[in-house]
Amino acid sequence: MKLAIMGAGAVGASVAELASTYGHEVTAIADSNSAAIDPTGLDTDAVLTSKRTSGAVGDDDPDAVLAGTYDVLVEATPTTLGDANPGYNHTVEALERDRHVVLANKGPIAERYDEIRTSERDSDGRVLFDATVGGAIPVLTTIGDLGRSNVTAVRGVLNGTANFILSRMAAESLDYEHVLAEAQDLGVAEADPTFDVDGTDAALKCVILANVLFDGGYALSDASVTGIREIPGTALQLAAEDGRTIRLIGEVIDDEICVEPRLVPETGTLAVSGTQNIVQLHTEHAGRLNISGRGAGGHETATAVLGDINRLS
Amino acid sequence: MSERMVPRAHTVRLELDDEPGKLLNALDPIAEHGGNLLSIFHERGNRTPRGQIPVEVDVEATPERFDRIVSTLRETGVNVVQAGAERYSEELTVLLVGRLIETDLSDTLTQFEHCSSASVADVSLTVADETDEVSSARIRLAAHAGETDRALAAIHEVAAEKDLTVISPLTRGDSG
Ligand SMILES: NC(=O)c1ccc[n+]([C@@H]2O[C@H](COP(=O)([O-])OP(=O)(O)OC[C@H]3O[C@@H](n4cnc5c(N)ncnc54)[C@H](OP(=O)(O)O)[C@@H]3O)[C@@H](O)[C@H]2O)c1
Repeated sequence: MKLAIMGAGAVGASVAELASTYGHEVTAIADSNSAAIDPTGLDTDAVLTSKRTSGAVGDDDPDAVLAGTYDVLVEATPTTLGDANPGYNHTVEALERDRHVVLANKGPIAERYDEIRTSERDSDGRVLFDATVGGAIPVLTTIGDLGRSNVTAVRGVLNGTANFILSRMAAESLDYEHVLAEAQDLGVAEADPTFDVDGTDAALKCVILANVLFDGGYALSDASVTGIREIPGTALQLAAEDGRTIRLIGEVIDDEICVEPRLVPETGTLAVSGTQNIVQLHTEHAGRLNISGRGAGGHETATAVLGDINRLS
Repeated sequence: MSERMVPRAHTVRLELDDEPGKLLNALDPIAEHGGNLLSIFHERGNRTPRGQIPVEVDVEATPERFDRIVSTLRETGVNVVQAGAERYSEELTVLLVGRLIETDLSDTLTQFEHCSSASVADVSLTVADETDEVSSARIRLAAHAGETDRALAAIHEVAAEKDLTVISPLTRGDSG
């Protein structure tokens, strides 16, 4: 398959880097002000080196990418709320050209699911987005395999940064601010960690799950969201004295979407530590399935993106 | 003979105000409904978080009569914490975070019981240093079987009014 990649950050660059090992070719890649385009296939090493050294991927016009030669558009621009642009416009434009779209960007799928599905119906292209929930963990693919009507509820730890902070606070009896600074030093938390610690990122993933389970109709405004900022170290200590701990849990149950810190058994399935994610699928006929693993990271997310691309081949 | 007709021993933990006559009044419904009082353990000196005195009572009665005894006790305003068999009580632990002392913790607990029909069984409190005025409490509650969701919703409502945060356990579905 020929890939056009929108976004040359951690995810876009990793997709470019790994594409050839999956047997695919990159014909275009764009960042916020530059592009590299070659219908016969780019030298991805050279493009990524250029991005690292000069900040630009190439000299081509970013606006020409969507009109170019490709089978699949990989959408890896920043997740935005509300109109979910530029990701939404990129997605719809590629569909209008009858191309497939694989998204890592959560915005369009969380905020404008129904519109995307409508565009998809009018197109020969398909839209896949396994990378948007749980990074490398094949959550949406598993739901697809089970059949969404057989999944009665989903619950999980869907943000590695928040989980890292809570695990460290519990293990070291440290306060939120202290652990956040440490997480930032380690590169686990971003300079602006708002999306992660306020629960927005986990909520977007839950909204995507709800859209998949109930065939659309949900946006971030339908989720009830509480983050972890207000949790004092003493709360984790009191929980630990009783064999419990606190995790930021996202739930889609009875068509309600909720993300909030919850008390869970310290040795329970949901009490994953560090940046791990876990998703529990409650099924109609097969009890509970637990899938865990790395929920973020360039290569991890690219692995999910490339899995989707293989499904389109 | 149906199982409902076989007398069994049940343990009930009552929480009574420290006033003369309270214990005797509380015991009335037991005889009234055909229960047989086996023993009373009065934990004098021991206080519940709301300043009540816990009393443990062993009663022999058929499950059916025992049900009636418990509901009569509750109707007369007695706090029944553990009504013997499991089906009367589901344990529930929540954390409460915020300005717990300034917002009158004992009033908060009383409101929890009043609005949720769950009883507060145990409270552990950590008061943070002055620089950071947020304190935390771990509260163990006994709720009626099948009513934990309702109890939690009520607790959230009471807490929200005082701007306190409740960290609740997983209830619906499974808790693993
Ligand atoms: N990182 C993860 O672990 C992970 C996991 C799951 C999903 N995601 C999602 O995947 C997406 C990409 O994540 P990331 O970590 O790679 O983000 P990132 O490192 O911030 O990279 C974003 C890239 O998008 C480019 N960009 C911004 N506006 C653009 C535009 N209008 N046209 C084309 N490119 C544009 C940026 O260009 P410049 O380089 O010029 O700034 C940058 O290269 C996000 O939506 C994120 O939520 C990420």
